[in-house]
Amino acid sequence: MPGPPWRPGDAWLGGGTSLFSEPQPHVRRLLDLSRMGWEPLRELPDGSLEIAATCTVAQLSRYARHSPAPAAPLFEQCCRAFLASFKVWNMATVGGNLCNGLPAGPMISLTAALDGVCLLRAQDGTRRRVPAAGFVTGAGRTVLEEGELLRSVTLPARALAARTAFRQASLYGLGRSASLVIGVLDPWDASLRVTVTAATVRPYRFRFPQPPSAAELRRAVGSAMGERDWFDDIHGLPAWRRHMALRQAEEVCRELTGGGSGRGAGSAGRGGTR
Amino acid sequence: MSYRIDVNGRRCTAEPRPGQCLRTYLRERGWFGVKKGCDAGDCGACTVHVDGEPVHSCLYPAVRARGRSVTTVEGLAGADGGLHPVQQRFLDAQGFQCGFCTAGFLMTAAALDEDQLADLPRALKGNLCRCTGYRAVEDAVRGVRHTGTPAEGAAVGRSLPAPAGPRVVTGTARYTFDVDVPGLLHMKLLRSPHAHARITGIDTSAALRVPGVVAVFTHRDRDVPGKPYSTACHEHPEEDPDDTRLLDDVVRHVGQRVAAVVAESEGAAEEGCRRIEVGYEVLPCVLDPEEALRPGAPVVHAKDAARSGIARPERNIAAEVHGECGDVAAGFAEADIVYEETFRTQRVQHAALETHGAVGWLERTGEGEVGVAGAAGAVDGTGTAERTGVGRGSTPGTAGGAAADGGVGVGASRGGTERLTVRSSTQAPFLTRRALCTLFGLPPERVRVVAGRVGGGFGGKQEMLVEDIVALAVLRLRRPVKLEYTRAEEFHGATTRHPFTVTVKAGARRDGTLTALRLHAVSDTGAYGNHAAGVLHHACGESLSVYRCPNKKADGYAVYTHTVPSGAFRGYGLGQAVFAVESVLDELAVRLGTDPLVLREKNIVRAGEALDAATGGEDLHIGSYGLDRCLDLVRAAQAEPPAEDVPEGWLTGAGAALSMMATSPPGGHLADVRVSLLPDGSFDLAVGTAEFGNGTTTVHQQIAAGELGTTAERIHVRRSDTDLVPHDTGAFGATGTVVAGKATLRASRALARTLLEHAAAYLGVEADACRLVDAAVEAVAAAGTAETDPAAGTVGAAGADAVEGRERGGGRGGRAEAGGAEGEPEPGRRRVPLAELYAQARSEGGQLVAEGHFGGTPRSVAFDVQWFRVAVDPGTGEIRILRSVHAADAGTVVNPLQCRGQVEGGVAQALGAALFEQVRLDEAGRVSTDSFRRYRLPAYGDFPHTEVHFVRTADAIGPLGAKSMSESPFNPVAPALANAVREATGIRFTRLPLTRDRVWLALRDAAGDAPPSAPDAPRPG
Repeated sequence: MPGPPWRPGDAWLGGGTSLFSEPQPHVRRLLDLSRMGWEPLRELPDGSLEIAATCTVAQLSRYARHSPAPAAPLFEQCCRAFLASFKVWNMATVGGNLCNGLPAGPMISLTAALDGVCLLRAQDGTRRRVPAAGFVTGAGRTVLEEGELLRSVTLPARALAARTAFRQASLYGLGRSASLVIGVLDPWDASLRVTVTAATVRPYRFRFPQPPSAAELRRAVGSAMGERDWFDDIHGLPAWRRHMALRQAEEVCRELTGGGSGRGAGSAGRGGTR
Repeated sequence: MSYRIDVNGRRCTAEPRPGQCLRTYLRERGWFGVKKGCDAGDCGACTVHVDGEPVHSCLYPAVRARGRSVTTVEGLAGADGGLHPVQQRFLDAQGFQCGFCTAGFLMTAAALDEDQLADLPRALKGNLCRCTGYRAVEDAVRGVRHTGTPAEGAAVGRSLPAPAGPRVVTGTARYTFDVDVPGLLHMKLLRSPHAHARITGIDTSAALRVPGVVAVFTHRDRDVPGKPYSTACHEHPEEDPDDTRLLDDVVRHVGQRVAAVVAESEGAAEEGCRRIEVGYEVLPCVLDPEEALRPGAPVVHAKDAARSGIARPERNIAAEVHGECGDVAAGFAEADIVYEETFRTQRVQHAALETHGAVGWLERTGEGEVGVAGAAGAVDGTGTAERTGVGRGSTPGTAGGAAADGGVGVGASRGGTERLTVRSSTQAPFLTRRALCTLFGLPPERVRVVAGRVGGGFGGKQEMLVEDIVALAVLRLRRPVKLEYTRAEEFHGATTRHPFTVTVKAGARRDGTLTALRLHAVSDTGAYGNHAAGVLHHACGESLSVYRCPNKKADGYAVYTHTVPSGAFRGYGLGQAVFAVESVLDELAVRLGTDPLVLREKNIVRAGEALDAATGGEDLHIGSYGLDRCLDLVRAAQAEPPAEDVPEGWLTGAGAALSMMATSPPGGHLADVRVSLLPDGSFDLAVGTAEFGNGTTTVHQQIAAGELGTTAERIHVRRSDTDLVPHDTGAFGATGTVVAGKATLRASRALARTLLEHAAAYLGVEADACRLVDAAVEAVAAAGTAETDPAAGTVGAAGADAVEGRERGGGRGGRAEAGGAEGEPEPGRRRVPLAELYAQARSEGGQLVAEGHFGGTPRSVAFDVQWFRVAVDPGTGEIRILRSVHAADAGTVVNPLQCRGQVEGGVAQALGAALFEQVRLDEAGRVSTDSFRRYRLPAYGDFPHTEVHFVRTADAIGPLGAKSMSESPFNPVAPALANAVREATGIRFTRLPLTRDRVWLALRDAAGDAPPSAPDAPRPG
């Protein structure tokens, strides 16, 4: 077991960028994961990529810049979807972003869209694996048990070989995501996966064996999601988020299936335009 | 594993406390260049390098810096002391105003690589500046030079650099909390969780048992003054209702202070707050002003109207205003077209990067030592050399030099008396002193209030929010006490801009001539009435008087609710009313098929005309007039063919709005200034007004330099210290230039005359034959042409006194004889250095000093016109500003660089309020946007730069023809934007802010002709 026995008031310390950003009067002790010595990024023999929970966003960004994987551009797109600046990337960790479970967490979007599998380790040493798309269960809620930690997320080779498309919307330029949609075109069977995040309280994924029409897309999303699943907070009205997510879903489908990158992709889609 | 880090080349081995962040670890060791703006990783003011990598030190666990090398802004310069290139560029471009964010920008910019420099909006998104609007920051990062160099006597009209610049860029400028006070105690406040409740019991025993807790203050303590007052700072305290108690037994908003814990550490004080047990009887609350006006609504202040100064307590009306000129009913009857609409502006926060707070202590002062011990005031020389120069002064008031280094002496001197000293982040030190004296029954000489460099104000610090309770603790505990707000407390426990609901009805003839204007305003003053009346009056004033219309009527109500109090905010109510008036006039023009600019030109007040207000404003005059030319500039910009790229499918439109604003508050605004000759022939200028990036220090230097025939760098400004001058109402109401500047002008003129007279006697010539040149007085060949000859009548009428000796008039007659101490001038000599004049006067026991005063009345008006071209994406609701042009009539522009900065900053702040800023309350009345990640401030790259044009006029009232230009640029921005969006989309938006989600909803509803959904549905906040 890493470190001393878990007790109430303990908290795992990742990069600290969330824990240190607000008063934590209930926390009595910080258990520093950075001392675990986990290798940030490991390319496994089966072609998959293991990202340690303690891998910083900066390390992930640097890795992807030199990665030949077709899905590599998505890494940087998701890093840039952080509200936080590159300075915070130097400390913030991939695992910390997942464990916070915020709808706008871009590492949740990234790993969910690329079929990531989370490895969890409980206090008694038990390990379990859960899909990244199911790791977050609601706004700020995850499957983690008391004292359990996130060790890593592994992205399979098949997902890394996929072509991807990315859209983000925010109420503000370079702001916090109000909707973040990722399309992934499977390299083997050409099926299309659309992952909707930020507009929703948790990731929602939709698989289409054939490229869907706009109506099919809307039907699929509409049947899977109720009005309450669209996130309602200060970063965007739910009706607008729903609109943006559907619009972006259509755009990523079009982009991946040869319909061009979609008009309007440059608007809120790039987020950073001014 | 012993702890060791290297900070700027110095080893440090002290173990950090468990859970401590690097920011506080560094500041506790005296690295005050590391600033706290948010403590949440959002603002970047605390940026440092750890092993060369930039990080936000507020998020960085101090323990992780073990074995690493940390560089703060203090370590950015080379070992030889030479500035880092980035520091030099921020100096050259003057890439700052208050400078509180500057260290963070420097540390970030110094770490950027080529790719990042090519994408600055992304690279700098983690750094917030509230003052500049980022144009100055961009120029600094890109190496554009703006500052001019000082030249003798011709300072006015030049872009001279701010004297504090070198200290700002090296992290050595001292803000409120950048002082090391031995034995300091820390205060934390327990705040109400309820919007309205009576406190039925408070048990402090557990809190007092927390190790390190020294005291707990509640409303039950006998030494807590019970008398009501207002937190607002005004020259006339009766302008605000006495509705606030230092610690009350009734809480009226979530976040109101309930108790204060003082402890040896902030952690212990926080723990103490958590251990206090409070019993509340929760009472019904009202969060919406229109509901609060309804009969039967919960009463916020059940107080006696006459005694409290509340207009109608039982109706929740804190203040009201009613006025009519002409006959609006008749005016509407003769109109061909009448348009009426209701507009709403939201709650907005000042968000100055430096939070509120104060440090207080007792100091013992012996007779004649006032101002020496513990001098905590602010000094603005141009660098170390100048500071030394000030320190060399041997007169009692000139020992402030040491203070700039951050040392605070609470020390005793033999005998003497003890007094309370409060160092505060305030815009009004003198009014705060007066309020403290009243509250605690102390004479003025027993209280001193000083401000260091203030890290932004925007009106939010025209308020006594912390000094009262700090003073209480210092007086009781007789130890130094500090209270420093967190960023969250800024939202829960400071003030906001008043939300307004304004209905405007306008009537016009077919040719566009206005026949009637009617304005009905309801402002939400929150739980307390600070600034309620002033803001309301202002809203109903210049918004109407700028238009020439025979029939005007205004009714206004400032209404109490159980929400966080509103207070003074840049624009002071005018911007909220101008949003409504300028939107309505635009709509009128659209309906008449007239160019909106033409409609305005037809109706604006003209030079020489009286300002007809429905209410008040009797001492308001058009001291100079440039509104017509401002409109011309905007028309010219509008006529240029659009050059901007517009994405396909986006809608485009343009719109303008104008506003007029008084150059200072009504009812008088006082300033005293004292200028004295120093031994080296330079000058000490003591002013009461505060500096928070508004640039008035430079303006005062420039005005004084012009009058005294010297260079601005030889004017050493000391300011914002109640020891310096008799009185100063404060740095608000845009008065730093027009009121305090006028006092500076008068004092400098008076001293110039005194110097000429002394030199004339010394040289044996006529005073009229002398003139001031740099560091000397020269006799010219012929008499009577001295350029600096002050008009005697002006000085006399102005009430400026030339004090010629330590005792007024003493020894004047004997001076000629005594002058020999420093050597008689040679016969026929034509020149005497000022240093020699100083020595001569000194040898007679005198000094060369003059004082100037201005009472702030009469008042003039400044004009602003804003124009935007925008593009709107109907698919997403995004509004993109394509071009922004601002034309301003600020009279004589004393410092173009700074004045431009005020306009740019004001436009950017107003755009934030127009497009996205919003303090939101939840159903219980609690502020839910209490951090910068929830309350979005404009960031680098949000808006294009605003093109700023000044119309040259020379004001008959302001100093050297100058008018104010700090609040007013804010006011026309929101309506100009809404008017542009109206032209682009056809939709009249009546509620701010214009966020993408609400714009999209409105466009969708308009396109689908669906029943309007409710983006504008009323909700608290």
